Amino acid sequence: MSYVAIADRHAHLHDPQTFITKYVWSQDHKVIAIQYMGTAMAIGVVAIALSILMRLQLGFPGTFNFINPENYYQFVSMHGMIMVIYLLTALFLGGFGNYLIPLMCGARDMVFPYLNMVSYWVYLLAVLVLVASFFVPGGPTGAGWTLYPPQAILEGTPGADWGITLMLISLIIFIVGFTMGGLNYVVTVLQARCRGMTLMRMPLSVWGIFTATILALLAFPALLVSSIMMALDNHLHTSFFMPALISLGDQTVHKGGSPLLFQHLFWFFGHPEVYIVALPAFGIVSDLISTHARRHIFGYRMMVWAILAIGILSFVVWAHHMYVSGMNPYFGFFFATTTLIIAIPTAIKVYNWVLTLWRGDVHLTLPMLFAIGFVFTFINGGLTGLFLGNVTVDVPLSDTMFVVAHFHMVMGVSPVLVVCGAVYHWYPKMTGRMLDERLGRLHFWLTLIGTYAIFLPMHYLGILGVPRRYFALGDTYFAPDSVHSMNAAISIAAIVVAFAQMIFLFNLFWSLRNGKPSGPNPWRATTLEWQTPETPPRHGNWGPELPVVYRWAYEYGAPGNKDDFVPQNQPPDQGTAVAVGHGRNVG
Amino acid sequence: MNLVVASVALVLGILVWWMAARRLTSRPWEGQGTFDGRDSALIHAEPPPVRVGLWVFLAVVTSFFVLLMTAYVIRMSPHLVQTIDLRDWRPVAEPPVLWLNTVLLAVGSVGMEIARRGLRDRHYDRAARGLLAGGAFAIAFLVGQWIAWRQLQAAGYYAAANPANAFFYVLTGLHALHLLGGLVVWARATARVLRGSISLETTRLSVDLCTVYWHYLLAVWIVLLGLLVIT
Repeated sequence: MSYVAIADRHAHLHDPQTFITKYVWSQDHKVIAIQYMGTAMAIGVVAIALSILMRLQLGFPGTFNFINPENYYQFVSMHGMIMVIYLLTALFLGGFGNYLIPLMCGARDMVFPYLNMVSYWVYLLAVLVLVASFFVPGGPTGAGWTLYPPQAILEGTPGADWGITLMLISLIIFIVGFTMGGLNYVVTVLQARCRGMTLMRMPLSVWGIFTATILALLAFPALLVSSIMMALDNHLHTSFFMPALISLGDQTVHKGGSPLLFQHLFWFFGHPEVYIVALPAFGIVSDLISTHARRHIFGYRMMVWAILAIGILSFVVWAHHMYVSGMNPYFGFFFATTTLIIAIPTAIKVYNWVLTLWRGDVHLTLPMLFAIGFVFTFINGGLTGLFLGNVTVDVPLSDTMFVVAHFHMVMGVSPVLVVCGAVYHWYPKMTGRMLDERLGRLHFWLTLIGTYAIFLPMHYLGILGVPRRYFALGDTYFAPDSVHSMNAAISIAAIVVAFAQMIFLFNLFWSLRNGKPSGPNPWRATTLEWQTPETPPRHGNWGPELPVVYRWAYEYGAPGNKDDFVPQNQPPDQGTAVAVGHGRNVG
Repeated sequence: MNLVVASVALVLGILVWWMAARRLTSRPWEGQGTFDGRDSALIHAEPPPVRVGLWVFLAVVTSFFVLLMTAYVIRMSPHLVQTIDLRDWRPVAEPPVLWLNTVLLAVGSVGMEIARRGLRDRHYDRAARGLLAGGAFAIAFLVGQWIAWRQLQAAGYYAAANPANAFFYVLTGLHALHLLGGLVVWARATARVLRGSISLETTRLSVDLCTVYWHYLLAVWIVLLGLLVIT
């Protein structure tokens, strides 16, 4: 049977001719990936700056006169929204998804390259609309990243004139752009894998990104629906979410709407969103650990099934964000149960990471340091999740700093550690140069210790009852003086961590010219992206022939082989025979 | 939200079943080779990626409309507001023109189906007529929806006056928007067929996909209309 892969069927591969089509209006998944990453990191710097402003206020209340309560709420809202959606979602799916899926699956490009390009430019438009909200009268919205009505669109909330409208428009644009990209990622994984690359031979990075994309495609519509309806409530004075109420002494035009309905819709998106960020991180960290411990991933099938199970379960836990919202109290029992069930596949993954490291030939390279840092941090954040998943424990802890500490550990610091590890890991493939090792180690230790200095004490503040979202504590009777000194210490740690990220960004630019040349496969990894004929891979990724895959992605430390790894595309008859599957504990 | 959970569970269930059928239980560390004739059937890529892309997109749109309809049902629920006098839901009297519109949309769908079969059987004249009819009746449907909106406005059913009105405009409007997007693709496919300039296979695929989309939007419309009428 004649075999023609999809990637080879197109007569022409939209070959770029000019600088513009090569680097600006590019349809090459690698360029689009770097555009996504660059944009996401740039807007991420804004979000870091906002967090520093917040911490300055919390650590040293009354010192910085340019921060007033309205600004503070705007900083909180924009920091959260940017970090969750415009940084992490875009970076993992738009950035790493774009870069890794075609390379790891052995395709020449995404199946819809033009749509892929449009997806990036629509994303950029969404970011620009978001940034524009900083410059309109009244500034950006201060409604919190959850944008709960009724306050989100009422007079008196910062940004009620323009900010909230631009926020909703930006979200709608983002979702449209993401849908274009997401279709690409899913169909590319399903349809454009090279010969021999069965689903169960895919690296876990691809599994994580693939499943997260499906979650995002099904969950973002909930945010789209709620954004559209809230925009109508705001501008056409409908009452989807807005109840009858008196604002600034006047009866508003709204009547009978349900704020709770918004919360249901929002969290029906919002909880899968946590896993949209976490699953790619899970996948990528599995590959980092396996490669740098020179050992096959422990329990590959379990890892895949756990990713799928987490993906499915993530759709039935949303109301654990709403225990104190006034919803039917019986819901709490159901959602607490599902929340605790989701801990099982998650724990399986954690055990498997640890068991992969166990008796592995652990190389403490930069990606490995970040991967281990991730496992630590994720366990920390996951354990406090068990607290908050239980209704009776959650109720007193709701709206305290404990919650802030929990979600920053589990979906702030953890994924960011993976992002950093992944950048240190794949930068050589993207640029042909290594990132500077000393700067990298400085970055790692400052980030790891710094984030623990920020968030561990914050749990304690939360247990004391220090509320979140407060501009200043003032003379609060239950808050001893130590709370204030702890807040100051946290702020200093936050500034150090922010500074450490600047080292990272500097390293990215500096190593572009000054990094050590990396060669094609500096980590001696098995997956296909390291086997490209050129580094960085050219347009079309592979030479005249697409790669053919003969084995899974984790053939490390195989006995009887001249090297301690076997690339996925090395034919079985090359080199010495590889002993496979002989009494090896692979689950 | 039970409806949402059920439909998402259904979509994910189908997905998992499908993947399980793709040997999700295989032991990748055992054996080498390219598995020709096994999973590689997938790689020989039938159906073409665009078709898979459309089905994935339809899953996304389904999620979107199911969530909208769920919001509709929840907002309407009498449990939402405990006091009787605060209940504000006043059902819309659906304008009769909606029934005519439904017929128009169904005829459009039939037209597309004729076009698809015409291309398959190489009856190009019939295909072109079917394609034109498919688009024309879809446009007629949109005009009919616009008339329905105007009639509601004239009868005083303003969007801000009542959540039932607001939902009516939102549901029908978003459905129309999706059809409008389909018409853009339709216009390109029609131009191709009329010019006859591009290979038959390409045109056939676009016509095929448009037909699927038309049927899908007809199904969505029938569900929406059913929901609007029974409430």
